[in-house]
Amino acid sequence: MELTIKQKKKIRRAAIFTALLLFVLVWLLPVFGALLTSFRTMDDLMNNGFWRMPEKITFKNFGTAWSEGRLNRYLLNSFIITIPSLIGTLALSSMVGFALAKYKFKGNMALYLMFVAGMLIPFQILLIPVFKLSNELGIYNSYWGLIMIHLVFQMGFCSFFLRNYMITIPDELSEAARIDGASEFRIFYQIYLPLSKPALAALGTLEFTWIFNDYIWALVLLRDDKLKPVTAGLATLKGNFITSWSVLVAGAILATLPTIFVFIFLQKYFIKGLTMGSGK
Amino acid sequence: MKRKFVPWMFLLLPLILYTIWVIAPTIYTFYLSFTEWDGLTSPQFIGLENYKYLFDDPTFYKSLINNLKWLIIFLAFPVVVGLFLAMLLSQDIKWARGFKASIYSPMILAPVVIGLIWSWIYQPQGGLLNNTLTYIGLKSLTRGWLSNPETALYAVIGAAVWRHTGYVMLLFLAGLTSISPTVIEASKIDGASAWQRFRFIILPLLKPTTVIVIVITMIQSLRAFDFVSMMTRGGPFNSTNVLAFYMYSEAFRNYNMGYGAAIAVILFLIMFVFIALYLRQIRKGELE
Repeated sequence: MELTIKQKKKIRRAAIFTALLLFVLVWLLPVFGALLTSFRTMDDLMNNGFWRMPEKITFKNFGTAWSEGRLNRYLLNSFIITIPSLIGTLALSSMVGFALAKYKFKGNMALYLMFVAGMLIPFQILLIPVFKLSNELGIYNSYWGLIMIHLVFQMGFCSFFLRNYMITIPDELSEAARIDGASEFRIFYQIYLPLSKPALAALGTLEFTWIFNDYIWALVLLRDDKLKPVTAGLATLKGNFITSWSVLVAGAILATLPTIFVFIFLQKYFIKGLTMGSGK
Repeated sequence: MKRKFVPWMFLLLPLILYTIWVIAPTIYTFYLSFTEWDGLTSPQFIGLENYKYLFDDPTFYKSLINNLKWLIIFLAFPVVVGLFLAMLLSQDIKWARGFKASIYSPMILAPVVIGLIWSWIYQPQGGLLNNTLTYIGLKSLTRGWLSNPETALYAVIGAAVWRHTGYVMLLFLAGLTSISPTVIEASKIDGASAWQRFRFIILPLLKPTTVIVIVITMIQSLRAFDFVSMMTRGGPFNSTNVLAFYMYSEAFRNYNMGYGAAIAVILFLIMFVFIALYLRQIRKGELE
């Protein structure tokens, strides 16, 4: 029996669909596995293995990670560090982006490339001097040490991103405003900033997860356990609950909830940010 | 005259902060790499001693080779698979959006979180991997994936690959949407096979995306710190050590700040090659 082109196409699509479905199921196995483990007791897991029906479902692991594991404190710290860093970096970067996008001046291209290079350098080249600097400024082992390095370091990517967005906004608007006697700052604040809202939303979503997920700076700039963000907190948790994997995995899931939340509700912006930010 | 100062009005504060927290520290690390310093007393200038020591240091070479392995696997798996997935998912497939979201969802998880979850997967007793192997009758393959020096590095890289592949796929998907469908249609009318279409039309048109993907992938593989720190701390026997982690452990665990700075400088110089490539690509885009 001869197959028509249309039928062939249909069969091909079905084959691709099945292959992708299987791939995705295997791909997400760590997620399903972690979820299942977090609702089981360690005894159940050890005696029956992962691939058996759980004896019972328990929420205790989450409670243990939350209070005894101090995830409540760590998560709060993460927000205390992330939100000011995010606001600060967006505010400063939008000024940089505006200046680089809308004024011709000597050194414009050099500054732009400097910020691009700055977003790609390894943290290791900064660790020791920033550690020393924070000590000397008296902000070592405080939220401020972390806020400042995130705020300043993330300016590299944010300036790059916002400059490329603002450059696409036509100049006519600012020229008209200038003729009406508006100051340069007002042009920035009342024309370009509101028009950059989509870019700021995309960038904000992306940067939120990046700053929230930082680990190495928390390791270097904090000593007190009570100040640690959730990433460094998880490392402590791993040390304290080394054999209770169901508690550890429950902790990992709790630590992820804020970024998952952001992802589900702001997914559109997140992806726009990633693809826009990769350079054209 | 006044107009000349306008951009600097916006740039002044950001540039001051950037100088203090990024530019000056970068330069200072170069200086520190010529000193011996325990982090408490003042640094002693010792010339090239740190670098001499570095080039005789087996752990340094071990870390460098591990970085290289990491890089090769990163270029092979996430880039090839990411491109393949993007090609499949750019077609009109049922549930394509859900598939895409599932594949890149690991990206939103912190590397530390993924490191923790995959440490559990690799647990010799009760871990998902050994449990699954036993369940499907391959008990002979089970082992302590992270405690065995033969497998530990690949186990750690596996976790990182899981996170990176979706990102690559997203970048290629964005690149593919910029290819005009009329080009593809024309090639179909001309009778090009699917492979010819991919090889001679799509791949050349994807070149700018591919350059960016490769550079980002290389930079990501050299930045690998969180996975190593969370999963193995460089062990067993340095089998999973990489430059980023070796630098940290020398500077902040052994307090050899000068030596740590020298490792950081080497890492920086290697990465700078890729950063320069990236800058070139960006500049090319600007001139067009």
